[in-house]
Amino acid sequence: MRLELRGITKRFPGVIANDAVDLVIEPGEVHGLLGENGAGKSTLMNILYGLYAADEGEILIDGQPVELREPDDAIAAGIGMVHQHFMLVPVFTVAENIVLGVEHTRRFGKLDRRRASREVGELAERSGLPVDPDALVEDLPVGIQQRVEILKALYRNAQTLILDEPTAVLTPQEADDLFEAIRAFTGEGRSVVFISHKLGEHRAIADRVSVLRRGRIVGTADPRETSEQELANLMVGRPVSLVVDKPPGSPADPAIEVRGLTVENAAGTVVVDEVSFDVRRGEILAIAGVEGNGQSPLVRALTGLQPIASGEVLIAGEPVAGRSRKQILRGGVGQVPEDRGRDGLVGEFSVAQNLILGRWDDEPFTKRQTLQFDVIGAHARQLVEAYDIRTPSVDTPAASLSGGNQQKVVVAREFDLPIDALVASQPTRGVDVGSIEYIHERIVEKRDEGTAVLIISSELDEVLALADRVAVMFHGRLVGPFEMPVAKEAIGSMMAGTDPELAMARGGER
Amino acid sequence: MSAVATTTSAAAKTRRSRRFGAFSLLLVAVMGGAFTTTARGDTATFVLNDARGQLFDLPALVLPVVPTVIVLTIAVAAIAARQLTTGFGDRAVVMVGVASGLFVLAFLTWAAAGDALSVIGLLRGTVRASTPIAFGALCGVLCERAGVINIAIEGQFLAAAFAAAVFASMAGSPWVGLLGGIGAGALVAWMLAGLSIKFKADQIVVGVVLIVFATGVTSFLTTQILSGNPQLNTPSRFPTLEIPLLAEIPIVGPILFRQTILGFGMFVAVAWLHYALFETKWGLRLRSVGEHPKAADTVGIRVLATRYRAVLLGGVVAGIGGSWWTLDAVGQFSREMTGGRGFIALAAMLVGRYSPVGAFGAALLFGFADALATSLQLLGVPIPSTLLLTAPFVVTIIVVAGLVGRLRPPAANGQPYVKG
Ligand SMILES: Nc1ncnc2c1ncn2[C@@H]1O[C@H](COP(=O)(O)OP(=O)(O)OP(=O)(O)O)[C@@H](O)[C@H]1O
Ligand SMILES: [Mg+2]
Repeated sequence: MRLELRGITKRFPGVIANDAVDLVIEPGEVHGLLGENGAGKSTLMNILYGLYAADEGEILIDGQPVELREPDDAIAAGIGMVHQHFMLVPVFTVAENIVLGVEHTRRFGKLDRRRASREVGELAERSGLPVDPDALVEDLPVGIQQRVEILKALYRNAQTLILDEPTAVLTPQEADDLFEAIRAFTGEGRSVVFISHKLGEHRAIADRVSVLRRGRIVGTADPRETSEQELANLMVGRPVSLVVDKPPGSPADPAIEVRGLTVENAAGTVVVDEVSFDVRRGEILAIAGVEGNGQSPLVRALTGLQPIASGEVLIAGEPVAGRSRKQILRGGVGQVPEDRGRDGLVGEFSVAQNLILGRWDDEPFTKRQTLQFDVIGAHARQLVEAYDIRTPSVDTPAASLSGGNQQKVVVAREFDLPIDALVASQPTRGVDVGSIEYIHERIVEKRDEGTAVLIISSELDEVLALADRVAVMFHGRLVGPFEMPVAKEAIGSMMAGTDPELAMARGGER
Repeated sequence: MSAVATTTSAAAKTRRSRRFGAFSLLLVAVMGGAFTTTARGDTATFVLNDARGQLFDLPALVLPVVPTVIVLTIAVAAIAARQLTTGFGDRAVVMVGVASGLFVLAFLTWAAAGDALSVIGLLRGTVRASTPIAFGALCGVLCERAGVINIAIEGQFLAAAFAAAVFASMAGSPWVGLLGGIGAGALVAWMLAGLSIKFKADQIVVGVVLIVFATGVTSFLTTQILSGNPQLNTPSRFPTLEIPLLAEIPIVGPILFRQTILGFGMFVAVAWLHYALFETKWGLRLRSVGEHPKAADTVGIRVLATRYRAVLLGGVVAGIGGSWWTLDAVGQFSREMTGGRGFIALAAMLVGRYSPVGAFGAALLFGFADALATSLQLLGVPIPSTLLLTAPFVVTIIVVAGLVGRLRPPAANGQPYVKG
């Protein structure tokens, strides 16, 4: 199936998300789509999937113009989409989610669950995406949930599969499995649109890469012939540095002290097991690890969101236990949560309001119990400018920003104040390379101001770029910290549970 | 970390177990203290036969009051002891139910002391009183499973009861009355759907407005029209039907197989809706719209239309429930005659955790409280009758506050769906 978009234009209040976009997806190809946050990638794909109506332009399938008004139309035309935010019903089983909308029934409209299970099982097997058809989706890790999303499209016999940032939530191993499945899929003459901010992935999987900038296609490249640097420059429109310039730090006294910290989950299982470490002012400690190894409860305990079973946490010499959230935050802790949508932003609040969350009752934002909207607005405009947040205005609801720009709102708010300690989980998830550069520079700047910085990341490159010291979390235990440099391979194998000495020895050999 | 939100922590379980234990101790105190000392006779007689005849007669159960109460008290005390120490783990809620059941038995023994209590009458009364509550709760389940909060069940009841009375009186047929009731229930549902689904108004506010609206309109029409035209308020009622043979079985027969069409209809509606919600394509789609409308939209399910239909069907069901008052129970409409049963239906939906069968079980419980109040009045128990009439509400509060625990409503419940 050959898919062609001609002159697609889409306007939202205050922005032109897509500006006369022409794009051709050839049969059998993996077409990469690259672009800054807010460049209009998701919008373009939502138009192709019938979720948004284009203001101008037309879509052709094998040369024939088609009208895609509803997802139904797109599905019927053979287009499948895996959304940036999963579209799965958590309380349904895998099979139920996959057949939803195209159910087979027996007499009296009874769902044919057995047939659904069998068909999904077979499809999963065939496509190299193994999954238990009868598991509840909410019990599955994100990597598997994504398989369910892909299977959903395959079950509908998609000829073109759109993957909107599929690897943002995957471990490197899971990403490799996904690439394997993509290759098998396109091998049969079907095509994939692949959106990602990771340049290396485009080079690994894409046959062609189209670059969007501010709603326009600014170029198409063969990723195998083009270096990451060239791709990055094309995307941002200026030379970008892919490595942070990080002078050695000058660590002082510890501002975060963690002693024998143990945290239990609601079921009483130990999820953080006797973890001890310090983060000194003026250094960056990076905790690497595959997600789900206890990083989230660790962070929640550090910031007072989850009770501590035993051990203690001191921030700037004061124990966290027994203090309220507000006291902890006012006491000089900045926090970038891993799930910005849930813990970092209030979606229906404006960008300006989100930029003063947690500080709304401070001078100068509030005077005599009254919010000072002009001050709040000016403050917001200044941060929007400084952090290059792409938004039509500071009064736009945060939820309508693109994913990466939402992240920049959180970062801008948390970095704006002088703080003793910064705890940042996945600070650049879903953020484009230009902005990663920017956020990384700010993190290093914070460090040099004398902040103790703790980074939690599953992104090895990020760990290597930022860390002064590195530790690895595996099954709730902490290995390290070690002074950098540590070989990338060594960190990688510790993330997979290899004994540190062995990992270091092996990593050193390479 | 979603697991944190849904499972109960070990500490919370212990706390809950203690709370249950304290509740059981309270029961023990009442049983041991009040029931043993204030009984109005030495023996209590429980009549198990129905006055209308059956295949064979059962002997009446005659129990010595004080020994029976003491045995039951000891049993509840044992449960309390375990609750306060090791707890019952997963069966904690079940055991509170058992303790409460034993308490009710002791209470009945005390109430029937020196007199005879018709067990059949009590249980028939339970099923009857729970009929409208069950219909109302089913309406709630349908709406909320599709993501629309409907607190206006009371309003649907009133409108339906009124319309059923007028239509049945005019046509001289309860069936026409039922159609009128269904129409009125659906009309209120249509207003709810329009305001909350289409115009995306706050669903709680819309619900309150609809209750006030239905109460006001029916009261106004009653004083203005019905009181001057009594011929419009004399609906013929549905007769009691018997299933031959089955109705003759002792105990079960008169309770289950001797009903009006609405009583039988309740059983059918519960079973059918439970099946439809959880086993059919229709139910899967309806629930997907209440859990994750955007996901439903992306696979081509029409979210707003599905919600509309669910709310309208709910209106039909609530309309049948409302018709019960004038076509089954009383045979005449009077102002605010539904007496808050729409709210109890809402509680039944919650206690039943948004499932038709669960809601039906809860409706039976509240119906029992209703029927018990009537039975006690007949027995002449020395409790003021006004106090007895509050029994269903007291039971509702205790059950909802104490037993429901953390509910998991449909994830998109109450949220209007905006595309894009
Ligand atoms: N529903 C909406 N209402 C208003 N504006 C929107 C809406 N959706 C997207 N936008 C705007 O359109 C632009 C393009 O957004 P889009 O989500 O397509 O970006 P993207 O390229 O996918 O970015 P990211 O890489 O951050 O996901 C942004 O400026 C965004 O704020
Ligand atoms: Mg996007």
